[in-house]
Amino acid sequence: MLLVIEQFLNGLQFGLLLFLLAAGLTLVFGIMDFVNLAHGSLYMMGAYFAATFVAWTGNFILGALLALGATLLLGIVLEFVALRHLYNRDHLDHVLATFGLILFFNDAVRLIWGPAGLALPLPPWLTVPFQIMPGVYYPAYRLAIIGVALVVALLLYFVVMRTRIGMLIRAGASNREMIGALGINIKLLYTLVFGLGAALAGLAGLMQAPILTVQIGMGENILILAFVIIVIGGIGSIRGAFLAAIFVGMIDTLGRAFLPDLLRQVLSSTAASTAAPALSSMLIYLLMAIVLVVRPEGLFPAGRR
Amino acid sequence: MAEPLLRVENLVCRFGGVVATDHVSLDVHSGELHAIIGPNGAGKTTLISQLTGQLLPHSGTVHFAGQDITRLAAHRRSRLGLARSFQITSLLPDFTAADNVALAAQAHDGHSFRFWGNARKERGLRETAQSALSRVGLGHRGDTVVSELSHGEQRELELAVALATRPQLLLLDEPMAGLGATESARMVTLLQELRREVTIVLVEHDMNAVFALADRITVLVYGRVIACDVPAAIRGHDEVKRAYLGDQHVVTRHD
Amino acid sequence: MSASLNTRTIIVALVVAGLLLLPVYTTLSGNVFGLTVFTRIIIYALAAASLNLIMGYGGMMSFGHAAYLGIGGYAVGILAHEGIGSGFIQWPVALVASALFALVIGALSLRTRGVYFIMITLAFAQMAYYVASGLARYGGDDGLTIYKRSDFGGLIDLSNRVQFYYLCLFCLLGGIYLIWRIVNSRFGMVVQGLRSNERRMQAIGFPVNRYRLVCFVISGTICGLAGALLANNTDFVSPAAMYWTRSGDLMVMVILGGMGSLFGPVLGTIAFLLLEEALSQFTEYWALVMGPMLLLIVLFARGGIDGMLGRPRRG
Repeated sequence: MLLVIEQFLNGLQFGLLLFLLAAGLTLVFGIMDFVNLAHGSLYMMGAYFAATFVAWTGNFILGALLALGATLLLGIVLEFVALRHLYNRDHLDHVLATFGLILFFNDAVRLIWGPAGLALPLPPWLTVPFQIMPGVYYPAYRLAIIGVALVVALLLYFVVMRTRIGMLIRAGASNREMIGALGINIKLLYTLVFGLGAALAGLAGLMQAPILTVQIGMGENILILAFVIIVIGGIGSIRGAFLAAIFVGMIDTLGRAFLPDLLRQVLSSTAASTAAPALSSMLIYLLMAIVLVVRPEGLFPAGRR
Repeated sequence: MAEPLLRVENLVCRFGGVVATDHVSLDVHSGELHAIIGPNGAGKTTLISQLTGQLLPHSGTVHFAGQDITRLAAHRRSRLGLARSFQITSLLPDFTAADNVALAAQAHDGHSFRFWGNARKERGLRETAQSALSRVGLGHRGDTVVSELSHGEQRELELAVALATRPQLLLLDEPMAGLGATESARMVTLLQELRREVTIVLVEHDMNAVFALADRITVLVYGRVIACDVPAAIRGHDEVKRAYLGDQHVVTRHD
Repeated sequence: MSASLNTRTIIVALVVAGLLLLPVYTTLSGNVFGLTVFTRIIIYALAAASLNLIMGYGGMMSFGHAAYLGIGGYAVGILAHEGIGSGFIQWPVALVASALFALVIGALSLRTRGVYFIMITLAFAQMAYYVASGLARYGGDDGLTIYKRSDFGGLIDLSNRVQFYYLCLFCLLGGIYLIWRIVNSRFGMVVQGLRSNERRMQAIGFPVNRYRLVCFVISGTICGLAGALLANNTDFVSPAAMYWTRSGDLMVMVILGGMGSLFGPVLGTIAFLLLEEALSQFTEYWALVMGPMLLLIVLFARGGIDGMLGRPRRG
């Protein structure tokens, strides 16, 4: 039972992180019609910046904030220098150009920080186990991640649903020509949205950094999960991304935790231990396949269509 | 009277809250040229798309040659002998005119899971293509890539592509859209000839053309049929006049 | 047009002649390294050519093509590991396994279009990667060493560098010939028509997805052959062969060479892998140069090498 609660919270935490990543991706896609494979690199950069700045300042919160700012800045520079020239190109060009960026970032990181991973140690006050129920403890830091991610998700929801910028963003996601007709400075809006997406990815990366090793390529696997989420949730839909992210986070975490035991009930233990790792890593893709069969447009497609 | 070639009954199609097709019923008889007119936004293209299967209606039925085709996929309808031209030219822009037509002929010549022989060297397909091209006056333009054809030629090619599928019923969505006066006149002459061979449903804004060509005219306003009769009767129809002369002015476009 | 077309034809002819004569040069000069490099290039060129069939001609932007390299390779590796060394069994199994995977993935992915399709093919290929990593019996993450190359009896000896090189070249030229026939056939016309205007193809009576799926399967099968060759070339197969960056590399090779051109993928692969080879001689951080170079190519040199040689970009 304890294990179930713990894994459940792990799943929630992972799902929320995935949401931060998928939200930026889906916003950028929804508004600029731009496919950004390098989104995972921004996640990685967030983690590396955090590891560096925390070591440099000696303060976790300050370091994290600096890292967040740095990723935001990096995103804006990237958009300004290169990516904005690609918006009116086809998706294949986006894929190719941002694939090049991934290669660049991976090697740049290897050059600057070396091939070995970095560790981001937590301050003592975040390492204590926190009692969430009588007798049930959960790491304070993971709870903090859940808290921060939920607040950011709410903020994002508020910004997108209640503010003028959000109105433009939603209008842009459902009808691109319309923003142009409104006489808005599209270039600025695009840069802002891209920066926001970069900051969200950076936030996800820097929060994940103390849990996993900070290493090259860390953004790539999680980027593909973010794609799966967007496919399941429906492109351009923040709400879809949120629900799908929680869902995928849960399925993935719970699957890895409990599938081996479940299989052992049905199969011989050797067969189960052979099949379990492969099967549990397949789970979310199977989920995606089912969604594709049932609703090819995703579960919660954005307003249009 | 004989069974109509196309029978549409109580067709309804909604987009969100808007009823684009509102209980439309319509008969098209074999051999007739049936025009559908109506102000912009009356739902003419939506109706055509439901007839050819690009859109599915919410309720109602479409029968073609006695068969219920309401839910049939677009490509299956084409096989049955239903061909359409698009309001906004929709061709294969990077193929030659002859390739466009030959592909249409190929679609109606068995399956295309033939992987070896060179399709461009198949005499049967090429001859069909050439004769369809000649039919619409493009006989000399076969080797030209579509994107290099003039707008008028592309409209004619649309027609040739539809003809190459050997249709029983031709659904033409504004074949004169964007044509100049001479080109329009040529198109009218062409349709005069074609109507002798094939049943035609013609959606058109050019009233001169419609009244010159049509055997019967159906008037669509806000997705609803307000009249269906011979041209002379439509001319004198009160509700039609009101629809065209009231808040919606007459649309006779000569771009 | 004709002048530039001739330049292109001449370059392609020179490249093919060069590939045919390369073993003569390496044998005479004793430069074995060149043969190794080009064997690898030829195998990847076959994979890129198969991707070009769906991407360049069919308009299906698959970002998961490396999966077939892995599946073809694992078919050879696993059978060899289980004591079945005959190429007459290994290779057909590799082709059939790739075809089946393409059939399932294609049937699912082709329910969608555009960016969705890119993401989904990517995700499914990554799934194959994870499954391979989970195959503890066959080395898991570390991969599987193949101790003996596929055995074709007395027909051909794959352990002989030159014989193996010519086998690969034969497969490449055969594959390109096959693709050429397909592209110009009735089937190929349909597939290219679908790239150009799907709605129109539907309206004139083609059941579109059936044709797309068959094309997808053919492409996957050819790439599975490249996988079987690759496993024999490296005597090793690992999940890394189907990591998504490999799929990205294949895409780059196709685009670099010019999509929808018959020999484009060959030129693209030669350029890409030689560049990678040269840069990695020069610096350990070759991707630091390669990455921005890709960006610049996208920004300033659309249409790839083949385009620069006078072939207009289509679509």
